[in-house]
This record gives sequence, C-alpha cells and structure tokens, in this order.
Amino acid sequence: MSASPEPEYRKRTVYHAGLLGGFSMLAATFLVMGNIATRNAIEQCRADDLLASLSQVVPSKIYDNDLLADPVTITLADGRKVTVYRALEGTRVTGVAYKIKGHGYGGEIDLILAVDRDGTILGTRVLSHSETPGLGDKIEASRTDWILGFDGRSLSNPPPERWAVKKDGGVFDQFTGATITPRGVVRAIKGGLELFRDHREALLASPAVRQAVPAGTRTQLMPEGKP
Amino acid sequence: MSVHYRSIARSGLWDDNVVLVQGLALCPTLAVTGTATNGLGMGLATTAVLTVSNIVIASLRRVISPEVRIPVYIVLIATLVTLVDMSLNAWLHELHKVLGLFVALIVVNCAVLGRAESFASKNSVPAAAADGLATGLGFTMALVALGTVREIVGSGTLFQGASLMLGKGLGFLELTLIPHYRGFLLAILPAGGFVALGFLLAGKRLLDRSLARRRQGRQDRVPASEATA
Repeated sequence: MSASPEPEYRKRTVYHAGLLGGFSMLAATFLVMGNIATRNAIEQCRADDLLASLSQVVPSKIYDNDLLADPVTITLADGRKVTVYRALEGTRVTGVAYKIKGHGYGGEIDLILAVDRDGTILGTRVLSHSETPGLGDKIEASRTDWILGFDGRSLSNPPPERWAVKKDGGVFDQFTGATITPRGVVRAIKGGLELFRDHREALLASPAVRQAVPAGTRTQLMPEGKP
Repeated sequence: MSVHYRSIARSGLWDDNVVLVQGLALCPTLAVTGTATNGLGMGLATTAVLTVSNIVIASLRRVISPEVRIPVYIVLIATLVTLVDMSLNAWLHELHKVLGLFVALIVVNCAVLGRAESFASKNSVPAAAADGLATGLGFTMALVALGTVREIVGSGTLFQGASLMLGKGLGFLELTLIPHYRGFLLAILPAGGFVALGFLLAGKRLLDRSLARRRQGRQDRVPASEATA
C-alpha cells in the first residue's frame, strides 16, 4: 500500500516511544473530558437507583426526611463498613435500611434490608444476583412474592434455630430445583438482623441536628466513618 | 468506486460476517443475546465503536509506525470504549445496567482490533468508515437474529424491554408471542446460545449453498462469454 519508503526518523526508538506517549496523553485528555461531562449524570443515576430500592423496602409513611441524606457508617467486627440509611420522623429514627450480601449458587446476592426500631423487617429485596434464570431467580420480587414472606419477621419470629429453609428444618420455603439460592438469602437476612441487634444503640441514636448543618460538622456516630 | 463500497458492504454484512463466518467475538455474542433487545443494544454499541475506531485509525495510518501499531490501536480503542461506556451510564442508564459488564468487553472484542489491523490501517478514511459500519451492522444483525431465536424459544416473547432502550415510542415492538408459555430454560442459558448459534450457522450455509446453486443454474443457461464476466 505505502509506496514511498519509510523515512529514517520513523525507525528510531524515540519516535516509537513518542508516538505511544503522545497517544496515551491524547487518550487521557479525552477520558478526563468525558469523565467531567458524564460525572454528574452518573452520580444522579446512582442516587436515583439507590433511592428507588430504598423506597421499595421503607414504607413512605414512616419517614419525612431525605433517605439518602446523612447516612451513618458502622464498622463490623471483621472491619467491613456498612452504610446505613435512616428513616426519620422529626429526629426520631423510625427505621434503618442497609445492603447485605448473601452467597447463592451463582455467586454473590446483593440485598437491601429495612428494619424498624424493634428489629422487625419492614421489607427486603434482591438488588442483584447471578442465579440460574427460571430456578434461582424466584427470589426477585418481580417473579414471585417469596421475598415478601420476610416482612414482619424478626430474630424471635421465627426463633433463631428455625431461621432456615424447610429442608434444613426451618420455616422458609425453598424452590423446586433450587435450594442453595433461598438458603443463601435466608442466611443473609438473618445476618442482617443480627447486625441490627449488635449495633442497635448506634443505629437508633437520634441525629442531634437534622440536615441543617453543612456536611462535615454533623454529628457522626463514627467520626472516621466517612473517608 | 461504487463497486468497491458495494463489496465492502457485502463482505461486512454477509460474506465475511464477523460472527456467522469468521466466528469472532463469540463472548459478547453468547453472553448478551438472551433477548433480542440486548443483542440490538450490544450490536449498536459495538457498531459505534467499530466505525469511529476505523475512522480514527485510517486517518492516522501514515503517522502510526508498524512497530508500535498494536499498542496504539489498543489505547485508541480502549479510550473510545470507555467514552461509550460513560455516556451509556450517564444517559441510557437502564440499558447500561444490562449491558454494563459487556460494554467494557468491547475493548477486547477481536472484531474491533481485527478490522483496525486488517482494513483501517491500509485504506482511506471513507472506505474504513464504510467497512466499520458494514461489519458492525453485520455483527448487530447476527446478534439480533440469535437474540430473537433464543428469546422466542426461551421465554416466548420478543424485544422485551425495547421501550426502555429505544424510548416509549417503540414499545409496540414488545410482543408476547406465546401467551402462558412456561419458558424453556436451556435457550436462555449460555449452552442454549451455542446450540442456537450452531443452527444459525447451519442455516446460513444452507442458504448460501442454495443461492450458489441457483446462480450456477442460471450461468449454465447463458452463453459462456457472459458467464465468465
């Protein structure tokens, strides 16, 4: 194709290095511009997603605040941090919601769990999973109402030893052909309730001031919670 | 020149179709074609990347020296894909939730690098653009065909979720072809993707062969001087 012989300078290593470096710089410039152009829209989408899933599990009549505002972060015994969103009525915490993880057949199952002051489940939903379509995906609220069976449950209802699928002597249904998935979900929700029990004081403490103060000066339960 | 473009289009869409003939880019092909809508989305995203990357690489073909061409191509393609990924995430968020993981995989889609290396680096900008577009549309076609088969067999619907991706106006595309269908799980699973792809490949071969036979029959009837043209 190129009839003319390649000029001498193009065979030098410096030219190659410069070429590669130049293109990398160019690529970085474009990426920075792209990032600036899309950052706000992406943030907004993420916040909308989170709010949509929170409003599925927290009944709207128990709070009058912005659920996303002023979350608390608690640190678990194993060092993991959990962000907890609070439903407030005035300054009284009426419920909390947080994400929990379970292990299913196809990998991790992400759920969101909302609990009221007494540790009773307000609602729980699967946010994402990679279970087998048609078998394990019955945990989705859009397919069956199995997941709604957890509403109103707590660590004493049923008693802890019955917090399992029926096959393991518990009270929760498994699915035909899929036991590992519901088992993982039941275990995750039980773990979520235990998290609430262990951190009850911290989670239910009323925020001293509501949303009126600028970020950073708010009362925080864990000062190191925010990076 | 027009013949040239026609052969580019023909080769990209049918004769050298990336999926159906070259057997390239099977990872995204099998992973996203559980529904026709997802296939369409992935196909269009790939077409966009392929066309732009072909244009960029063809216009820089005299600057890029052969010794470092592959890393330069990869940097360029990765940049384009990241930009597409960010724009999808920002402005077509619902689609991004479905395709998010696979959009990043366009970087290593061998069809993109393959066209850059074998076509764009040796041809003019307009020809490379046409090649990118034709190859991309051929890819889209194969994905939609595969998605259609798998969706109908697997869940009895067609273009489920199309209104999310293409806007409310195209909601009429969403069809339930088989009401009260219990679903056929295998078609949705990756294994079913392979099976469906196999049938699709066989179908294309059969079609090509019967077309060739018909052409052959016609050539037998015309004088030899015309047949050799």
